Amino acid sequence: MSSKAKEYKKVAYYPGCALEGTGHAYNRSTKELGKALGLELDEVKNWNCCGAMEVKNIDPKVQTYLSSRVMSIAANEMGHDVVMAPCNGCYHNLKKAEYDLENDDASKQVVDRISKKAGHKTYEAGQIETIHALDWIKDGIGEEGLKERVKNSLKDLKVANYYGCMYTRPRHIFPEKDQGEGSESTSEPHFMDDLLAAAGAENVDFPLKTACCGGAHTLSDSDTSTLLVSNILQAAESAGAEVIATECPTCHSGLEMHQIRAEKKFGRKSNVKIVYFTQLLGMALGLSAKKVGVHENISDSRELLKQKGIA
Amino acid sequence: MPIHEEHLIRPENLKTHENLVIDGIDVSGHWSTFIESRVVTDYNEDLEEEIAALPGGEFIHRCWQCGSCTNSCTVNAVNPEFNPRYWIYLIRMGMESELLRDKDIIWQCVSCNKCTYACPRDVAPEGVMKATAHWLELKGHTPKSPSTHFDEIFSEQVIQTGKIEEGRIIRSFFARTSQELMQDWLIEMVKRLVSKLPVTMLIKMGLANVLRPRTKGWGAARDAITEYVDEQNAAHRKALKLDDLVEMAKSEVKPNQAPAE
Repeated sequence: MSSKAKEYKKVAYYPGCALEGTGHAYNRSTKELGKALGLELDEVKNWNCCGAMEVKNIDPKVQTYLSSRVMSIAANEMGHDVVMAPCNGCYHNLKKAEYDLENDDASKQVVDRISKKAGHKTYEAGQIETIHALDWIKDGIGEEGLKERVKNSLKDLKVANYYGCMYTRPRHIFPEKDQGEGSESTSEPHFMDDLLAAAGAENVDFPLKTACCGGAHTLSDSDTSTLLVSNILQAAESAGAEVIATECPTCHSGLEMHQIRAEKKFGRKSNVKIVYFTQLLGMALGLSAKKVGVHENISDSRELLKQKGIA
Repeated sequence: MPIHEEHLIRPENLKTHENLVIDGIDVSGHWSTFIESRVVTDYNEDLEEEIAALPGGEFIHRCWQCGSCTNSCTVNAVNPEFNPRYWIYLIRMGMESELLRDKDIIWQCVSCNKCTYACPRDVAPEGVMKATAHWLELKGHTPKSPSTHFDEIFSEQVIQTGKIEEGRIIRSFFARTSQELMQDWLIEMVKRLVSKLPVTMLIKMGLANVLRPRTKGWGAARDAITEYVDEQNAAHRKALKLDDLVEMAKSEVKPNQAPAE
């Protein structure tokens, strides 16, 4: 067992606001996946919003504080060394807060000041490691570990893996990426490809893995978002994909919502289905489609998954 | 017509004459098109400093105009008018009136951070776009963009309760931007969603509207954040000399037009 696998046996779990709303199916499937793989999730007590992109736009240091509070509780009140966030936005923000608290004195001062007034310990850089759900499975179980556990191969399922923006950009907040063999790449991420391939899926060559879905303006500049999403959906279909695997609730619901909007407003219809990677892995491990919340997705993939013998 | 790369010249600066005689020589036809020369006189020498005083704009001075930002830009790919490199240039040169020509699209940056990833000088162009959009609004050049409304609604809710509830945010956003909530695509989306969900979950979602999710014991954090944000807003007003602008505007109002005390 690698050292990472040991560390990830039991981690603090930070679902974030989206996973209690539109990303409900991601929350459910992540928890079920953890159970099936023997990875324990200990939800951060009384957590708050990480600040998302919106608070950063009002004031970046307030966002740093909000994210630091989550890490402070996980580290200081619950004694964890690792916090896992499945949402790209939360994951990104915790990483960014870690970077700013390590490198920017002004951020440190603001966080210390608000933490003191709010009555909790100030988070210090280095207290906890933030990981994504992809790291959690990739390093906690690994491809070989997954292969041993697959009961229901995803074979013949053609998948486009979509990572979005916040998982890899900007590079400087992810010091562990681009470190060669075994590490994640910021220009061509592959952790999700690796995991789904281990579960038997056929990954297609998808050029828009890290393209932007326009999630920041999904409602405030919907036409731009619809256009960006349409491009992603069409590229996936041209690459031969039957499903797009997602690892972020904002990307996921953005793709679902603008797939409908593209059809309704611009007559651009697409048939590719949108599924969380945790749902696909869960079904590969033998969990039922219902258990991993496939029926909670707006994009209805049930028939396709049935045809493929997966659901 | 001897002007090559004509698309680089603004149409209003191209003057074509049907019949033109210069110094007694008829130049109608081939030599009848001229480019109006541009003269910029109203530089705002403080423009770069003002942008740098707003969150995200801090590193604008590092730019050496390589264009990696525009080259990698998601929005530029769908709208060539969206040009971060050019705007950074204008800001550093103090060419405010030129910048204002694009004031209505700068807010459309989607924060994908491709520019920040590509930038060899760590300018963080994404932050500069946010600072510039913010500056345009603070100075009154543009109304609050839909995106700013969204950010404000979202942040107000987080600061008040520690968490957000998406349904409430969506409704508040449509209300504040005076848009119809019942958009056909939104109805279609909800229909497709609801048809498959178990009743228990629908009840849970409904309850989230009544019992707002909140972080326990959030009051002290709320007060500390609010105090900090108020201080920052005051600092931004000062950096942009907004109160001086208000005073100037007041002094321009003639005494007999001034409202009675």
